[in-house]
Order: sequence, then structure tokens, then C-alpha cells
Amino acid sequence: MGLLSLAIWTPIAFGVVLLALGRDDQARAVRWIALIGAIAGLLVTIPLYTGFQIGTSAMQFVEKVSWIERFNVHYHLGVDGISFWFIPLTAFINLVVVIAGWEVITTRVNQYMAAFLILSGLMIGVFASLDAILFYVFFEATLIPMYLIIGIWGGPNKIYAAFKFFLYTLLGSLLTLVALIFLYTKSGGSFDILTWHKLPLSSTAQTLIFFAFFAAFAVKVPMWPVHTWLPDVHVEAPTGGSAVLAAIMLKLGAYGFLRFSMPIAPDAAREFAWLMIALSLIAVVYVGLVAMVQQDMKKLVAYSSVAHMGFVTLGFFIFNPLGVSGGLVQMIAHGFVSGAMFLCIGVLYDRVHSREIASYGGVVNTMPRFAAFALLFAMANCGLPGTAGFVGEWMVILGAVKANFWVGFLAATALIFGAAYTLWMFKRVYLGPVTNDDVRGLTDINGREFLVLALLGAATLYMGVYPKPFTDVMDASVLDLLKHVAATKLN
Amino acid sequence: MDKISLITVYPEIILLVMACAIALIDLFVRSPRRGPTYLLTMATLLSVAAIQAVYASGNQTLYGFGNLVVSDPMANWLKCFAALAMAATLVYARPYAADRDMLRGGELFTLGLFSLLGIFIMISGNHFLVIYLGLELLTLSSYALVALRRDNAVATEAAMKYFVLGALASGFLLYGMSMIYGATGSLEIGEVFKAISTGQIKHQVLVFGLVFVVAGLAFKLGVVPFHMWIPDVYHGAPTAVTLMIGGAPKLAAFAIAIRLLVEGMLPLAFDWQQMLGILAIASLLIGNLAAIAQTNLKRMLAYSTIAQMGFVLLGLLSGVVNGNTLSAANAYSSAMFYTVSYVLTTLASFGIILLLARDGFESEEISDLAGLNQRSPLYAGVMAVCLFSLAGIPPLVGFHAKLSVLQALVASGQATYIALAVFAVMMSLIGAFYYLRVVKVMYFDDPVTATTVSAGLDVRAVLSLNGALILVLGILPGGLMALCAQAIVKMLQT
Repeated sequence: MGLLSLAIWTPIAFGVVLLALGRDDQARAVRWIALIGAIAGLLVTIPLYTGFQIGTSAMQFVEKVSWIERFNVHYHLGVDGISFWFIPLTAFINLVVVIAGWEVITTRVNQYMAAFLILSGLMIGVFASLDAILFYVFFEATLIPMYLIIGIWGGPNKIYAAFKFFLYTLLGSLLTLVALIFLYTKSGGSFDILTWHKLPLSSTAQTLIFFAFFAAFAVKVPMWPVHTWLPDVHVEAPTGGSAVLAAIMLKLGAYGFLRFSMPIAPDAAREFAWLMIALSLIAVVYVGLVAMVQQDMKKLVAYSSVAHMGFVTLGFFIFNPLGVSGGLVQMIAHGFVSGAMFLCIGVLYDRVHSREIASYGGVVNTMPRFAAFALLFAMANCGLPGTAGFVGEWMVILGAVKANFWVGFLAATALIFGAAYTLWMFKRVYLGPVTNDDVRGLTDINGREFLVLALLGAATLYMGVYPKPFTDVMDASVLDLLKHVAATKLN
Repeated sequence: MDKISLITVYPEIILLVMACAIALIDLFVRSPRRGPTYLLTMATLLSVAAIQAVYASGNQTLYGFGNLVVSDPMANWLKCFAALAMAATLVYARPYAADRDMLRGGELFTLGLFSLLGIFIMISGNHFLVIYLGLELLTLSSYALVALRRDNAVATEAAMKYFVLGALASGFLLYGMSMIYGATGSLEIGEVFKAISTGQIKHQVLVFGLVFVVAGLAFKLGVVPFHMWIPDVYHGAPTAVTLMIGGAPKLAAFAIAIRLLVEGMLPLAFDWQQMLGILAIASLLIGNLAAIAQTNLKRMLAYSTIAQMGFVLLGLLSGVVNGNTLSAANAYSSAMFYTVSYVLTTLASFGIILLLARDGFESEEISDLAGLNQRSPLYAGVMAVCLFSLAGIPPLVGFHAKLSVLQALVASGQATYIALAVFAVMMSLIGAFYYLRVVKVMYFDDPVTATTVSAGLDVRAVLSLNGALILVLGILPGGLMALCAQAIVKMLQT
């Protein structure tokens, strides 16, 4: 069994064991097994990092076994510089979420932990798949645990949110399925993504394929105007669910653009780049403004996620190395920061049971240690230099200015909005005098919460100060991708 | 040519003998749960399934009784699956039936065996009349099964409705067959095919007959606009019997569709594909939309069946493109895979409904499943697997079934077929909604009753195995797919 297979199946195997364990009277054992599973899941990704060859754009750690012979489908795994970092990131966020849910979740603990472990394995599978059907299976299968996570452990309006999440994303991916089958017949019976990269296609075919992929990936990212599911879902999802959703799940869509849309339909991608850039800019500017007026902390961070993901897609579709690497770095950084933001809200919510900004005020007085972390993540969210949030945004803006000054200019203004809504929320929640008894009675974070936030804080700072390990891995693959996209595939 | 070749019908003979024997033996059984009858029936079913599997692995096409019956890999595998499906049905049905005084005589088992015999004859029939006889044997047993609770007004009404509409459908089929007979001068499928292939028979007469044959088939498959009986019969019949009607017989319906349309009338494909197209679109649309409005689980599953059968038709209609039969094997094997996986899923989902039903409580409203996850995570898991599979979500078998049918459609390269594929996936999105709603009730709602779910060892084992199979075939579908493909290729060669 290869390393990538281990990374996928270790958490899933632990998840299945947890499901078999059953009842809530063994909650303690269940938590420890989940923790061991999450740590094991993270540990098996370490050899991936140490063994990763920098400077080549070829697929590494390739595993290829025939899976469904009738349709020539293979269990084909491999990573390159584009997909590599998401695998440890997923395992890391999974570990954080398991610790964060430790004593917060008291009902059906085994199912909760199992859902997250299985979800984490499936998401790693998405990033590691080089076969379209394998990719699609992992991509769709993630809906099941997430649907249950939102629906079982979510807030008051959880059922609406769970359905909206499931059906909205399913709508997009079903169209993609037709496109995948179309490519299968066009390529003479292959589901191999790398083969498809080389497949010549007519202009109409490329356009249709591009928009079919767009349906799935834009919904998942989510891009304006199909982002409306995200705030509703975030508000109702449990803290862990929100963290995984924002940190990893949104990246599945952005990753899809890089792995499918751009290399398979490069001519269409160039032709419709203006549209993608326009939608990204709307997300960055308009959704940023929307975030500013939110009363609900989770909604605010959700809209801020949409705006940040707008940077990612913007970076991809300006087709220069800075932009694409910047987008990728932004994806990883956003994984750490948005995950942390949602966990911070979770810390407050567990104590006060309110997500309204107005219910708080002066939290810094009662929870100084927690407020320090919150400040760090707030700063990272506005893109302060020295934090992870800065690197990606800066690269994307730089790339955008190179491509077109006004695009870069508009994107840069969004940084101001980002700072405005994040800092204004920080001020209203944390600073000032203590406003009510709920806040007066707050106790500061315990060791477990400290550990969670410290892990994420360390990652945020490390990436902000020294992003080289991240960009080094990407460079070769990004350049290769851009070279590929620049060449026409019309026949 | 005129050899009797008994070997082709050994399984049928065993079934017939055992059905009669069990009817007699049951007279001496006193236990109210019919233990000995049950065991004998199971032994019969399993040995018949084993024999069929052995036949199927021989991968040979044999004809018997002067070409009246055929034993090819497709028939053998379908019969093997049908026997297993009937066995699972009876395992799930026995506790339910015992609680409802339906086991007073051994009729449930005897009629089950007879209906399986009908299924076998339909699947193996190589002659219009033999197929018709098999169909009648199946439906007559089913009428009696639906009416098994004769004091129950709803069930009696359902039986009545089923009988009247079923007789009408049989009439259609017979009328169509007689038309074809008139035109071609033969009732034997191979001869009919040859006669039509000559191209010297008047097209109008053939198509006229074809319309009636397709209408009759549509009735048996339960596709719109011949679907009216499905919701009422599914709802009205005792759940155990619903499963007997909705499970194994679908395999037979698929088989006769292949025998009549493909083996008999492939040269008319252009005509019947259009008809199936209209039926498929209507079924997907009405089945899925009507299912949303249902509060009764059995009715919902009935409408869902209609929609699922629409998918099977999509597989059947994409075989011949512009008179070219190159993709035929691909298309028909996708339909076969779809049917088999559908039956597998139906068995488990009705198995859960039967399991939850208790004395005097039918557990057939969707709300009756509320909080099942808290009461029994295992059974809630099995039901969720079924529902996600029916919705076509990977990694479950239903996804691969939908994938292969869509692939058959797209492979045709016709713009209309690709549009059909897009239409079909949009409809399965609607389908996902009502399947998810049941998952929601099981997982998100609080239980109304705290009673734990208990079941006998046999039910538990078979149900867990059934649920696991949906998942395992979803992860490793290659074997079953290859099996369907081989069977269909062999069928097309002859």
C-alpha cells in the first residue's frame, strides 16, 4: 500500500472502527481512538513531505491499479506541486477539529468523530486522485458525512442548511458527471485526467466542458453569484463542521479549476478568463462589503471566506506564475485562518450560546489569553504582513497588477474592506468595557482550547514569516501548468 | 432441434416439485411460525440459486424443448439473482407475516415459490407464448399474495386494482404478440427476428403490434403512463408482499423486455427506442415529482421505483444508433446492471420497513422512521446506504448504475441522447431531495418511541449482508459489471 493510500485510508479505517463501537457510554474511549486516528492520519503524511521531489512537475507517489475494468477506471493516485500541500493540511485540520470537539460534543460522539475522520480521508482522496471517476467518487462522497454533521449537530435551522448544502453542491457536480462521461467517450475510453490534459478538443466542446466544470467548482468555491449557500450553511453547522468546510471543502472547488477546467479546456479558460476575473472581483469587493454589515459572527466570517476565495480564483485566471502560486498559497493560508476564526467563534458560542456580535463586548477583560489568539487570527484575516493571510493576497495582487493595473487596483482595495470588517468585529466583540453578565461570567480558554488555537496560530505565523517551503513545492508544477494552458488544444 | 434437453429446465422442475411438496408438507406443520416450511423453502431457493450460478459460469447457450426455452448466461444469472432475492424477501417477510396471521397456511411460501417459477419461465422463455405463460403464473400468484390478508379492506382493494389492471396489461401484451404472429408467422423469438430482418413484412403491421407489446411491457415495468397501479398496490399490499412484487419480478420484467424487444425485434429498434424514450422521460418526470409529495414511505418508494425504471429504459433505448448496433452490448448491460443493483437496494430498504413493523403497527409512514439512528444505528445505517444508493451518490452501487446508463447515453454521440442524459441527472437531483428527506427523518429528528428494534438472527444477518453488499458493490463494482457485460454479449451473439 502506497503512502497516498495510507493517508486516505488510515482515517477512514479509524472512522469505521468508531462507527462499530456504538454507544455514548464509551465516549471517553471513542475520543481517544479518534485522536489516535487523527494523529496517525497526520503522521502518515510526513513521509510524503520528506520524500517529495522539488523541482519537477511530474506526478509523485503514483499508485495505479485497475479498478473498474469495464470502463477502464483506475485507482490512480499521485500528487504534484499543486495538490501536495492540501494533503497534510487536511490531516492537520482534521486533528484540530477532533481536539476541538473533545468535550463539546456529548451526544453520539462516535458518529461525530467517525464522520470527521471519514470526511478527512475522502477529501485527501479528492486531492490525490488522478482518475476522474475516482475523483468524482471522493468528491461526491464527502457530501454524505458533511450532510450528517450539519444535520445532526447543527444549530436551530440545521435541516434547511443541510439540505441546501447537499442539493446545491449536488446540482453542480451532476452536470460535471455528464462532462466527465463526455470526455471519456471523446478520449476513446479513458478516465485518466492526465490523458485528458493532452486531448485536443474543439472550441464548442471546450466551452461546454468548461461551463459544466464551472457548475461544480464555482458552487463549491463558492464564487459569486452561487455563494448563497455558504453563509446559511456556516451559521447552522457545528463549529467543527464550519472549520472543515471553510478550511478544506471550499478548496476542493478551487483545486478542481486547476486540475480540470484550466488544463482540459485551456482555450475556453483563456476565452472566459474575463468572466472568471469579473466574478472574482465582485466576490472580493461586493461580498467584502456585504460582510461588513453582518450582525452574526459566523455569517461575517462566511462572507469573508467568499471574498478570500475570490482572491484565489482571481489569481488562477490571470495566468501568471505569481497569480497561480498566490492563489494556492492563499488557499492554504485561508485553511489555517478561516478554520481558526470559526474555532474562535466556537469557543465563544460554547460559553454564551450566541453568535450575535451584539451579545458580546469587552471579552478581552475576561478572556485575555483567548483575545490574544483572536487578535492574531483577525490580523491574519485582514492580511497583515508576517501572517499567512498576507503572503497569498500580496502575490495575487502583484500578479494582477502585472496582468492589468485596474484589476490589481480593485483587488487591493478589497484589502481595506477586509481589514474594516474584521477589525470592526474584533472591536465590537473583544474591546471596550464588559457589556453584560454573560461576558462577565466568561472563563478563559482551557488547556485543550489553548492547544487547538496554538497549533493554528503557529501554522499561521510560520507560513507568514517563512512561506518558502510552500512555494518551493508549487513552483515547478505551476510553471508547467501555465505553459500547458498557454498552448492551444484546438484541433 | 427437437431434443427435450431437460437440463435447461432442471431448476424450474425443482421449483415446481418443491412448491407442490411444500404445500403438502405444510399441512402437517403445526408451529405458528412455520419453521420447517420456512427452512425447506430456503433450502430450495438456495440450491436453485446455486444450480443457476453453476449453469451461468458454464457460459453456454442451450436451447430446450424445441427452442421453447433458452438457458444462456443472462438468463442464468438473472435467475440466480431472482432466487436469492426471493430468499431474502422471505427472510424479511416471515416475522412480519407471522405477526399478521399471514402464516396460518404455508401459502406465503408456496405462492412465493410459484411466483419465482413464473419469473424463471419469463426469463428463460424463447417463445412468445412461453413468456406469456410465465408472466401469467407470476401475476396470478401475486394477485393471491396481495389478497393474502383477506380481512384487510385496503389489501383487498389493492388486489382488485392489481388484478383488473394487470389483466388489461396481459391483454395488451397478448394482443401485440398476436399481431406480430400474424405478420411473421411465428411465435418463436429467433424466427420472429429472422422474419423481420428480411425486411419484406409490412412495417405498419409490425409497429402496430409493437405498440401493444411495449404497452404491455411498460405496464409490467411500471413506467408512466402505465404506472397507475404501482403506488396503490405498493401501498395497499402487506409490506412483505410489496417486496415480493417490487423485488425479484423487476429482473423478469427486464428479461422479457430484452427477449421481446432486442432478441425478437431488434430491426425495429428505431421504432421502439422512440417509444421507450417517451416512457422514460415521463417516468423520470412524474416519478420524481410525485415522490416529493408522499408522506407514506411505501408510496414514496413506489414513485421512486417508477423513476428508477425510467433509468433502466434509458439504458435500453441507447443500444442502436442510426441502425448501428456497435454500442448495443454496452447499453443493455448497463440496463442489466441498473436493474440488478436496483433490486438489491429495494430488498434492503423494504427489509428495514418490515423490520420496524410490529404487531399492529405498519411503520410505513416516513415519520415512523423518526430518530431511527438513536434507536438502532445499524439499521439506520443500512437504510441510509439504501437511500443514498437510490439517489446515486457514490461510493454506493446506485452511483455506478447511474454512471453506466449515462455513459451508454453519452457514448451514442447523439445530441438528443446527451440532452436526455442531462435531463436524467437533473431529475436525479430532484430524486436526491426526497431520499434525503428520509435520511433527515432518521438522523436529525428525535425518536417518537424509545422501543429498541429487535430482530431474529436470520433477519439481522441477511439485512446486514444486504446493506454491506450495496456498499461493497459500490466500492468494487467491476465484477458485477463484467458479469452483466459478458452475459449480454453472449445473448447478442445468438
